[in-house]
Parts: sequence; C-alpha cells; structure tokens
Amino acid sequence: MSKRVLLGVLLACGLAAPALAQEPKAGGAINAVIQPEPPGLMLAMVQNGPVQMVSGNIFEGLLRYSPKLEPQPELAESWSVSEDAKTYTFKLRKGVTWHDGKPFTAADVLFSLEMLKQTHARARNNLAQVDKVEAPDDYTVVFTLKQPFGPFLGIFEVGSMPMVPKHLYEGTDWKTNPYNNAPVGTGPFMFKEWQKGSFIRLVKNPNYYEKGKPYLDEIYWQIIPDAAARSVAYETGKVDVLPGGSVENFDVPRLSKLKDTCVTGAGWEFFSPLAWLWLNNRQGPLADKRVRQAVMYAIDRDFAKDVIWNGLGKVATGPSASTIKYYTDDVPKYPYNPAKAKALLKEAGYKGEKIRLLPLAYGETWQRWGEAVKQNLQDVGMNIETIATDVAGGNQKIGDWDYDIAFTYLYQYGDPALGVGRNYVSSAIAKGQVFNNVEGYSNPEIDKLFADGAVATPDSKRKEIYEKAQKILVEDVPVAWMLELQFPTIMRCKVKNLITTGIGVNDGFKDAWLDK
Amino acid sequence: MLRSPSGVIGLIILLFAISVALFGPMLFPNSPWRMVQRPFLPPFTLATVPLGTDALGRDVFAGMIFGARVSLLVGMVSTLVALVVGVPIGAMAGYFGGRVDDALMRFTEFFQTIPSFALAIVLVAILQPSIYSIVASIAVVSWPPVARLVRGEVLSLRTREYVQAAVVTGQSNTWIIMREILPNALSPVIVLASLMVATAILLESSLAFLGLGDPNLISWGYMVGAGRTVIRQAWWITVFPGVAILISVLGLNLIGEGLNDALNPRLSREGR
Repeated sequence: MSKRVLLGVLLACGLAAPALAQEPKAGGAINAVIQPEPPGLMLAMVQNGPVQMVSGNIFEGLLRYSPKLEPQPELAESWSVSEDAKTYTFKLRKGVTWHDGKPFTAADVLFSLEMLKQTHARARNNLAQVDKVEAPDDYTVVFTLKQPFGPFLGIFEVGSMPMVPKHLYEGTDWKTNPYNNAPVGTGPFMFKEWQKGSFIRLVKNPNYYEKGKPYLDEIYWQIIPDAAARSVAYETGKVDVLPGGSVENFDVPRLSKLKDTCVTGAGWEFFSPLAWLWLNNRQGPLADKRVRQAVMYAIDRDFAKDVIWNGLGKVATGPSASTIKYYTDDVPKYPYNPAKAKALLKEAGYKGEKIRLLPLAYGETWQRWGEAVKQNLQDVGMNIETIATDVAGGNQKIGDWDYDIAFTYLYQYGDPALGVGRNYVSSAIAKGQVFNNVEGYSNPEIDKLFADGAVATPDSKRKEIYEKAQKILVEDVPVAWMLELQFPTIMRCKVKNLITTGIGVNDGFKDAWLDK
Repeated sequence: MLRSPSGVIGLIILLFAISVALFGPMLFPNSPWRMVQRPFLPPFTLATVPLGTDALGRDVFAGMIFGARVSLLVGMVSTLVALVVGVPIGAMAGYFGGRVDDALMRFTEFFQTIPSFALAIVLVAILQPSIYSIVASIAVVSWPPVARLVRGEVLSLRTREYVQAAVVTGQSNTWIIMREILPNALSPVIVLASLMVATAILLESSLAFLGLGDPNLISWGYMVGAGRTVIRQAWWITVFPGVAILISVLGLNLIGEGLNDALNPRLSREGR
C-alpha cells in the first residue's frame, strides 16, 4: 500500500469513524460506581445526586436535554407553544408501557404533577407559574401559565419532573408505598435487586418503546464507601465506569493514564455546578463591598484550577456558569492581584479583624482548597481563622448565618431563572437553609431584574435583562465566584455513547453500549 | 541516667527536637502554609526546599519544623494536665482507702473502660478541633493510668513506719501526702510521664491524620494525613513527617527506659 493510499484510508477512517462507531452492539453488563449509597430509589420522593443517577434510568421525564440544553423528546414526542407564550401543548408518545405492562397516558402526567408538588421542592417552585394542567385526550397534556415563563421548557428533565405510575400510587400513602423499594417506571431499565451496602442491579426493559434500545442487558451499581477503594476497584477491573465525583481529584490523572481508559468532562451541562464562597454581607468587614472585591483579587483562582482541580473546570467570571443561558463575560474582571486587594483593604479601613472561614467537608480536594484560599487571603493581610467542621455542622453554621466566608457549590439548572436568581434575590433570604441567598445580599434593582427576567418575552429581552443583572452582581461581589466545576467521568473506552445528554450519566444508559 | 547509653541517645534526640521547635521558626519566618514552589517537587532538587513540596507547593521542610512545635507542645502540655489530674486522685484514693478509694477508682475505671483513642476522637469532634480541645481530650484519656499507678504506690507507702510515725505525731493528711508519701512515689510516675508524652504525640498525630487536628496549625500528623492520599505519586510528603514522629517517639521511649534504670537501680540490676 502506497503512502498516499494509506493516508487516504486513515483519513477515511478518521472521518467515517463516528459513523462507524454509531453501529451499536447489543448485550453485556456494565459495572458502575454509585457514591454514596442512595437513601432510596423513588425519584419523586428523594432527589439526592445518587438517587438521580440510578433512577434516571428507571424513570423518565417528558423531555431530555442535549449538551446545549435544547429540549429533546422523551415521553413527549412533540410540543408547541402558543403565540402569547402562555399555553404549552405536549403530545405524548403512544405505545409506552410501565414496567408492569400498564400503558402510560396523560392521566399519569396529571397525577405525577400533583404528587411532585407535594414531594419535590424544586418541582413545586418550577410549577409555581402554572395556572392549570389539562388532558384533553389520553395523549395530550396542556399547561396554561399565569404569565409567560421563559425557562418553562427547561423543567421537564427526569430528575426535576419524573413521571410516576398513577395506578400504583393513587390513593396510597406515598411514603410507605411498597413500590418505593422496587420502583416501577417507563425507563429503559427495570429495577431488579438491591443488596444494601453492596450493589443495585437494573436489568434491560425488553418492552422499551425505542426499538432496539437499551443495548445493555444489565447495570450493576457498585457501592464502595471508600474513595481509595473505588479507585482500586476501577484499576482491578471490578467497575467500568466512575461517574463524576466518585474518586478524589488527585486520582484522576493517574486513572486517566491507565490503558483503555476514556475520560470526559461532558454530561454536567444541565447542572453546571459553580463553586463560590458565601461572603456574609450582613456584618463584619465583609459588609463592605471593597473588602469583598479584595477577596476576589486576593484569591489565585487559576492556581486552584490547575493545582487543586488538576486543570479541570474553568475560572468563573460571575454568577452564571458559561453553559447557562444568557451568560456574558462582559463584566468587571477580577484577575489575581494581591497588590490591588491590599489597596482595597486599606481603603476600606480593614484593621485585621478576625474573619472565620468555613471549608466544605467534602473530602481532600475541598480541604486543600480551603487551605489555599486561607493562605491567599492571609497574604494580603486578612486575619483568617479556619473553622473545622463536618458537613452537618457546616450546614448548621451557614444556615444560622454564623460564618464570615464559607465554601459551597450549587447546580444551576440551565436557566438563570431556575438556578441563578435564587442566590441573589432578597425574597430568597431565609434562615436555616444553605442554598438560596445565604450571603444576605439585598438589592431592589437585582430583585426587579430577576423578577422581570423570568417572565419577559421574547428571548432577546430576557438576554438584555440577565446581562444587566450579571454586570451589577459582579461589580457588587455578593459572593466570591471561584470555579465552574467539572466532574470528569472515567470509563473504559469500550463503553460507548454513555454521555449523550446534558445530564450525562443520570439518563445515559439508554444509549450506552459495549464494544466487545 | 547519663550512664545508660539509650537514655543519652534519647536525651539528645529530645533536646534536638526541642531546640528545633524553639528556634526553627526563627530561621523560617515564612508560614509553612505558604505555597512557595510548584506542587509535588521531589526532595533534594532545590536547595530552597530541601525536602520537596506537597500537593499545594508548600515546603515540606518548613512544615516539619513548625510541626515539631505543635507535636511537642501538645505532648508535653497534655501530659502535664494528665499528671495534675491523675496524681491527686491516685494519692487520695490510696491514702484514704475505703469508700473514697472505691468512689475514685470506679470513676477512674469509667474512663478506662472506654477505648482511649475512640474517646479522644469523640471529644475532639464534639468540642470542634482546636489546639485546646486536642490537649484537653488527650489529657482526659491519659490520666487514669497515672491515678492507678500513684494509688498503688501510695497504698504500699501508706503502711511504712515513717508514714505511721507522721500520723502518730499528728501531722495533717495533706502534709503527710505531700511531704512524706508523694516524693517517694514519684520515680515510677516520672518514667510513666516520659512515655505518656510519646503516647500523646502519637495521639495528636493520629487525630490530625484523621482530619481532627487544629486547622490553623500544621503538625506532623496532619502532614502524613494530607499526603496519604497522594503517597503513590509523592512519597516524600508522608515519609519525612512520619520519620519525625518515629524518631521523637523513639527518643522519648529511650529516655523513659533510661530514667527507669536510673531511678530503680536495684530493679534494673536484677533484670540483667
């Protein structure tokens, strides 16, 4: 074979490879790590991360979302929006059955919405703008909104709005329903068994409505409590998939270099976890905007990204992650500049008052990060005292507003109205919770912008509003934004197509297959 | 003491460790938490960071020097506190006997029945990790052996003629305990104390290793704990502080042995 032909063949392979790779093979079982062991699997009742990861393959939502967060059909095969943006009509897929053989209809959708309003706090919030829901026939659902709500098409993901079988739950005590322990959904995999502390086993749904899918016969979710043991389990071949966050960051480079190992940071676009420091705006030195700005200048965030997160993620520019709608980087910038930080502290009249720092007790990575930030702040003359605490103790302190600086990271759910505004609007200030506006920032202008932004039409108007809000917030520094986090998923290269949507592993096994 | 070679070696090690703890930080004015070089720099590559850097680029050598301070301070202060609590309790139990003895010994046993390390973890976790809570919890778990030892010594001295003579001459109980009994009971206590310092250093290291150290102070145990997770990539982060713990604990044990020989010459001669 001449060189040119060889090159041609290689090129052809390279170009055709995606197409060729799309020919999935059926069969096989995958072992994946689930960390920590979920408290239950009934997604409508509990929504912790690991619950979503396992149950996202048992249950389904009306829609799923591409990595760019565009809605895609799932249980709804099409949808339309009225002129005035207040009526959304969903056409449901026909021929869908629950795992027990009963058909899935619009009655199940109506029932699920009623149930979720009582059991699922985020769904309740998301549905607050809904005036009424009707089912004109078995395969049509019509949502009528009180007013246009821009992010409405973003609330139908399986973890945010899982569909529940009406015939098994109606009229029962939801909390004690026996099907909570053996959940019945419409998804590509059916619950088979759960050996507590050992593994959860899902098996293929042979009657799945998408012909040929799923390709896998079984999924074993292995429960391994120790981070080092999880790494070893991957190295020894006991598990094939390490979902994001299941091993410590410093193990990632080592595991990534192993033979036949593929790593991807994709599959978190919907959540877009953003890490920041809560700065207590109410009292002490941090009540002064200049001190908060000094914190931004004092912290070497590139160092944190490169050293502590092994180069994963992205330095945050403001309240929205760059994957969130209407994100703009046209905002004031805070590069690492200790001299400027010192000047600002001096200007604000900071005299070395003690500032308490609460790290996040989520493992080594976060501990190291706490130490690095403390050092950064001490270098510009701030008097930092680290408070050691566990997760529960930290939550209590943050909830009681008994802190000065505290680490956190939160999901953003694709749209500023769903995941961003809650951290800055004054109506979200409430003692005892650790998610929404813990910093105590209160600015009528921001309140108005987020209130308007949620209901404004068309999109260009929303964009304008949210860009303005971002500029104001970044100037005010209510919290110190650190990094857009990336939780890499590590898997054997023979596992194909696992991450195809914006929620990644959480609903990914539908399309996944094994190249044997 | 100086005649026993192991005691001399132990004393040299201890004096060296103490002088490092006292004067070392003067030679290293920079905080050991400061990130000075690129992370994971192996030892013996740069003269400025002779023992390499850790996962954040902090100087391992500086950490060892500052860590000596915390380890020795915790070891000595907590032992001192344990003695202050344990000696009077043991002395009173042994001297008065009867119900006082019963009450005090049941109280002591209460602490002895709980595994000491588990108790220390619980105490530090409840009180929140800080240098004070660590010293306090180590003291709480280490005084019972002192009390029991002192009680035993006092029980046997109590019946000696010179003590009974003091009783007959109408001396007060306090005076008898303080002047007649305790001075003669001290030698085994001193030996025990030197070993307790070693145990306390180990306890502090174990607590810090588990993440229950004072988050604002660097210590050897913390360094081992923080480096444990990257031991496959960077052995030096754990090995050097580990060796420091080993050597200082060994030194204290040698001193204890030397003291034992010196204070109980008969016992040691019979033993050989």
